[in-house]
Amino acid sequence: MIPAAFTYHRPRTVPDALALLGAHPEEARAIAGGHSLIPMMKLRLATPGHLVDLGAIAALKGIREEGGAWVLGATTTQAELIAHAGLARVLPILRETALQIADPQVRARGTVGGNVANGDPGNDMPAVMLCLDAVLEVAGRGGARTIRARAFYRGAFATALAAGEIVTAIRIPAPPAKAGAAYVKLKRKTGDYATAAAAAMLSLEGGRIARCAIALTNVAPMALLAEAAAAGLIGAVPGAAAFAAAAAAAEAIADPAADGHGPADYRRRMAGVMVRRALAAAAERAGG
Amino acid sequence: MAKTAISLTVNGEKVEALVEPRTLLIHFLREQLSLTGAHIGCETSHCGACTVDMDGQSVKSCTVFAVQADGADLRTIEGLAAPDGTLHALQNAFREWHGLQCGFCTPGMIMRAWRLLQENPHPSEAEIRFGIAGNLCRCTGYQNIVHAISAAAATLAGASKEAAE
Repeated sequence: MIPAAFTYHRPRTVPDALALLGAHPEEARAIAGGHSLIPMMKLRLATPGHLVDLGAIAALKGIREEGGAWVLGATTTQAELIAHAGLARVLPILRETALQIADPQVRARGTVGGNVANGDPGNDMPAVMLCLDAVLEVAGRGGARTIRARAFYRGAFATALAAGEIVTAIRIPAPPAKAGAAYVKLKRKTGDYATAAAAAMLSLEGGRIARCAIALTNVAPMALLAEAAAAGLIGAVPGAAAFAAAAAAAEAIADPAADGHGPADYRRRMAGVMVRRALAAAAERAGG
Repeated sequence: MAKTAISLTVNGEKVEALVEPRTLLIHFLREQLSLTGAHIGCETSHCGACTVDMDGQSVKSCTVFAVQADGADLRTIEGLAAPDGTLHALQNAFREWHGLQCGFCTPGMIMRAWRLLQENPHPSEAEIRFGIAGNLCRCTGYQNIVHAISAAAATLAGASKEAAE
């Protein structure tokens, strides 16, 4: 399988990358790890005339703590995220999620920014970013702006990014005190997209749930924030009864396709099971 | 289509070449450098038969463009044995433990195992299975591959202990 011909660009700075994307508005695509785009190019489902490789832009790399938040450069690879001990201490859900993406070779190339920005409903990081209320830092030729992850996804491969814009970083607020979070994924095999998966974060006060967020992967055209499911848990004592009610509320918003992962009803039920398990793990980690 | 000049290191040797930007790394290795050890299996980033080492990481060379390897340090299965032909401990272990049947996955499997044992010199069986999850074998059921990697880890640990003493 040989992709269609293209012109290759390897800019060193974000402004240079944006200028290249702007110079070829219909034809240029940005490439980060390439593990979504290159397979599409091999199938000629994507035939960009210009490929703008973000891999040599130092400003897009790295993980740092800034004002209590954690900032992930967009081209940070899943492998780099997994290896970062400081991040794993404060936000272990990110490492837990990255370890469930694809396989070691893919994680060596695949980036967090690509996973978040591609808009593929099968990607795992979008639900986690919805759950953690991450903010995406975006740059375009008109300047920089921020977009909450919760306002970013519009549908399958449809996001709030304007033409010529790229995600430069992802800013994740520090979790509240006495909080726990978990990402639980059902997949048929290594490298598979989720049959269903759920991210959950909750914090406890006096043995009751004070804050909660839940998000779902691959059971709708885009990652979903399960707002009613989470709202119903506020003030509840963590446990099987409360989590079953939240799972039912999450199933109610799931709208999975019937495909190779199974019938739609099965996948909806599995979304509920993933929510229950993610909440139980999050509660245990929160100290509940 | 215009070609791009790239310069990289392959198995310790400097290589300069002209490539079309759309040339995948696996095609460059096999067709321009005649390094046919890495195999083309699924071509969809799943099977790992094309695994090579690039700048200290295992990568699927069917999902990297050769132009992206400009400046990189690559190692392929051809670069694993010593210059005098002495096999690497992993190659010996795959032979001793019969860690293959048809052999198609073996170059990718060994290159992944080579990097895995540098990331984690003493992996448990579970860590080996997780570490080679991106390499598919359709013959063996993996059992002897896992045995071979464990055995090579023990051999390499013994060798480094000897060197330290």
